[in-house]
Amino acid sequence: MSITSSDPARRPEGAGSAATVVYSTVDSDEIHTVTAGGTTYELVCGLEVHAELATATKMFSGAPNHFGDAPNTNIDPVTLGLPGTLPVVNEKAVELAIRFGLAVGAEIRRSVFARKNYFYPDMPKDFQISQYDLPIVSEGTIELPGGHVVGLERAHLEEDTGKSAHVHRPRPAAPGAVASGDADPSRRGDGRITGADHSLVDYNRAGVPLLEIVSRPHVRSPEQARQYVSELRSILVAAGVSDGKMEEGSLRVDANVSVRPVGSDGLGTRCEVKNLNSLRSLGRAIEHEARRQADILAAGGAIEQQTRHWNEATGRTSTMRSKEEADDYRYFPEPDLLPIDPDPAWIAEIGAALPPMPAARRAALAAATGVTLPDETVALLVERDQDAQATAAVSAGADPARVLVHVSQNLSGEGGSDVAPERIAALVGLETSGALTATQAKTVLAEMVTSDAAPADIATARGFEAMDTGALEAMIDEVITGHEDEWEQFRTGDDKARGKLTGFFVGQVMRASKGQADGKAVTALLRSRASL
Amino acid sequence: MSESFISAREIAAGVRSGEWTARQLVDEHLAAIAAGDGEIHAFLHVDVEGARAAADAVDAQVAAGEDPGPLAGVPVALKDNLTTRGVPTTCSSRILEGWRPPYDATVVARLAAAGAVAVGKTNLDEFAMGSSTENSAFGPTRNPHDTTRVPGGSSGGSAAAVAAGFAPVSLGSDTGGSIRQPAALCGVVGLKPTYGRVSRYGLIAFASSLDQVGPFARTVSDAALVLEVIGGHDPMDATSTTEDQPDYGAHLDDGVDGLRVGVITEMLEMEGVASEVVAQVRAAAEALAGAGAKVTEVSVPAVTYGLSAYYLIAPAEASSNLARFDGVRYGLRVDAPTTHEMMVATRTQGFGAEVKRRIMLGTYALSAGYYDAFYGQAQRVRTLITRDLAAAYEEVDVLLSPTSPTTAFALGDKTGDPLTMYLNDVCTIPSNLSGDPAISVPYGTGSDGLPIGVQVMATALAEVDLFRTARVLEGARP
Amino acid sequence: MSESITRDDVAHVARLARLALTDDELDTFTGQLAAVLDHARDVEALDLADVAPTAHPLALGTVLRPDVVGPTLDRDEVLACAPQAEGGRFRVPAILGEAP
Repeated sequence: MSITSSDPARRPEGAGSAATVVYSTVDSDEIHTVTAGGTTYELVCGLEVHAELATATKMFSGAPNHFGDAPNTNIDPVTLGLPGTLPVVNEKAVELAIRFGLAVGAEIRRSVFARKNYFYPDMPKDFQISQYDLPIVSEGTIELPGGHVVGLERAHLEEDTGKSAHVHRPRPAAPGAVASGDADPSRRGDGRITGADHSLVDYNRAGVPLLEIVSRPHVRSPEQARQYVSELRSILVAAGVSDGKMEEGSLRVDANVSVRPVGSDGLGTRCEVKNLNSLRSLGRAIEHEARRQADILAAGGAIEQQTRHWNEATGRTSTMRSKEEADDYRYFPEPDLLPIDPDPAWIAEIGAALPPMPAARRAALAAATGVTLPDETVALLVERDQDAQATAAVSAGADPARVLVHVSQNLSGEGGSDVAPERIAALVGLETSGALTATQAKTVLAEMVTSDAAPADIATARGFEAMDTGALEAMIDEVITGHEDEWEQFRTGDDKARGKLTGFFVGQVMRASKGQADGKAVTALLRSRASL
Repeated sequence: MSESFISAREIAAGVRSGEWTARQLVDEHLAAIAAGDGEIHAFLHVDVEGARAAADAVDAQVAAGEDPGPLAGVPVALKDNLTTRGVPTTCSSRILEGWRPPYDATVVARLAAAGAVAVGKTNLDEFAMGSSTENSAFGPTRNPHDTTRVPGGSSGGSAAAVAAGFAPVSLGSDTGGSIRQPAALCGVVGLKPTYGRVSRYGLIAFASSLDQVGPFARTVSDAALVLEVIGGHDPMDATSTTEDQPDYGAHLDDGVDGLRVGVITEMLEMEGVASEVVAQVRAAAEALAGAGAKVTEVSVPAVTYGLSAYYLIAPAEASSNLARFDGVRYGLRVDAPTTHEMMVATRTQGFGAEVKRRIMLGTYALSAGYYDAFYGQAQRVRTLITRDLAAAYEEVDVLLSPTSPTTAFALGDKTGDPLTMYLNDVCTIPSNLSGDPAISVPYGTGSDGLPIGVQVMATALAEVDLFRTARVLEGARP
Repeated sequence: MSESITRDDVAHVARLARLALTDDELDTFTGQLAAVLDHARDVEALDLADVAPTAHPLALGTVLRPDVVGPTLDRDEVLACAPQAEGGRFRVPAILGEAP
């Protein structure tokens, strides 16, 4: 369901407020522009995300909400919209919508379900129960890791549809051959609707609770679109609202794309781009669509408001087959359901139980490590849910910079997030005291993922013992003696030459010490030998 | 009709005490159906095997010393818009031919749990849209009092079944008068409970915000007994009230001494209300006054807008409720090369003229540009009517009016002009719009010798007041 | 006050409602719907700007259901009632056009 300010102002209940479009201030270099016919156009984009909610049952009945089961097994009379059945709202779905709203600083409102009427075989009742003019969540914001803020217009509850598999008639085989039987129709069903012989409908997904999250047109570049979806996904997962799996269709994104000449503040006619199944598709599709629209405008054409389908293989959008008639969804309040007016005490209780959201966690990690935001490592650790691990390691006394490096680079694999912060702190302690070199620390850390032994014991077992300074000096002198020419250049050359040769000498010393020398210590000794 | 038919209370008492078996009673009623329904056509489906098996199960319970419940062995007829597991449910429409629902309506399950025995499914106007049962795709039902006349509708089959003695009680549904009007025309008691009193789960929706399931019976006492069984909260219906039901039986004989009764002025003056019907309403008011009630005449001005509001709201909701009959999942399919064409062909062949008319009317009332003028405006009128009725209930405890403007009319009389047919509902519609309960009780006859019904209305959840008033009228019948 | 319903309006709503009408039916229905809508003009004419619409006769408050899995239907029983089924699914003729 798409809500726009251009929808007919039919308000089944409550006062309709004309949508006021507010633009956030964005640094100009973050705005995606396209030049065509001598005019430069800028992108204006809003995103609609459908998130399947992490409930045990469906939006309006007790049938299981579970992905991947045999067709038409997660169905009950309500799911199939059998005559006589009635919907009853899932409390958990409402709770999850409230959780999301609170997580994005939105207002939780009294909401009303409405019927959106249209005929389609994957919709059991030939209407969808959705929230129209009175959504449960209204006005929130999402701050991207880079600091850009995208406004949310609304988020509302609705039910998902079933799924159709389109079956193509097998090509005629050799003359006289008998057509194959109906072994497994699902295998023959491919994604293409065009030219299909018939379709097969599975209602397992029908009635699965959805939260449709509608952003303001504050997304100004393909990269921001990707960041927005990625951040939204993190919020949904952190709040336990959705599993966020794009590959299973738990998160589906449509982009409303328009362009306008740079400097103009009007809003261009938009096209809604569908079938964006990955973050990569999202970025590519927006870029392509902006280019397509700019080319049309530059050639003196006009953009027709329409829904377009992204084709990942061809890298193009194309108009979806025209419908039988213009949309007239005949929304009216769902008479089988009463308004949802959550008790403030319940909302407060849900808010109190809400874990910290990614933006707050990034801020907390930055504060704990002394890093200035925006920071990619901090964002990465929050996205990977390893911020608490890093913060605890720092709290245990470890050097923040080394902690960030180790957790982000050396604990990214399986089991990495399970390494206890105290052990990480102990390891970093060995490193900063000079007992282990950076290389040795990395090796020990790798072993800590699968071993419970103390970092110091692992180091000892591996024979990692920091060389004493006397032994190291002797080794350096030996290397210098063996490479007189290079040494001369090191001593007398410019910074650039010295930089190159530092690498050379450190490498030689490392080889001689079988990796036990500390690179930093070697560099310092080289410089002092050269009286620099 | 004969007053000598056995009542539901008598049947249950006899079955529970072992005086007779459920099987005996059920077989007697099945025999009556077999003998008489060829002419009346109250039933679309008689479930002989199912009824006998259910009766035997009740008898087995009695034999085992268990109590089968307050409706032990009582044969009941069910309007064919209530789903019955494994038993054909058609709504009198071609579009549902052959469908056997995989689940029971809540009211059907509650009847069975109380020991009642469902004998069959009764005829109705297709999807409950009509006031004569002539809109059935499977032929009309005839009035047992005069088989050249209609039984009323849309629950004509259930009303006729009780009037003809095929069952002591039956269930119908009432969206704009579909229980009360046929009850009046067939000379039986018909109750539309408070909206939300009885679960709608398993009632195939016509207009969701107006529909309500209720009983037909030959006595007020039996109607109260059935309501006690089918009423009460159902978690499967979000519009079902959580209020506990009072013990209706305990208040049946409370009488009307001191009860404030208001006769609605506007309903005596409405278009097409026959003077002989008005006369019986006045006679009923006098009878109540004679029993100690304080009778006045009250004005409820907004009720005059009821019919117009109803014929915008009900079709609008119906247009959406009936979208699901598309040939994909159950019922009729008319083959065509594409799904779109298949849906059009199926719906075009599957629905009768009245259903199509209301679907189009409702689609129009909801469509872009007309929502506010029609549906929105009608919902506001609904507020007016509710307000005016609430104001009246400040002054009086129950309201009195005609149920139907006339006695039963002849088959074919009104089928040519939909609007004339719609005018039958003029007195019954307001309580559907407000959600309040109302009952029709037989009171006197017209010059044609056919029954006249008087309607008693009360405020939400005050069914007790309806029963005690109706009970006095029942005893005072001319 | 709205205009009277036209033959084109009736044809349009019939399309929206997935009904095919013959020319004769179109004429008949147009007349009948116009008569009902004319009767409704008394309601249309009322000034009710200050009156809130009633969507539900009974104000019950928020009604929610616990998120507990209930019984499911037997697929074979359901598909046995379907006009056409194949491989555990409901079979329909070719679908023209994506869902809106």
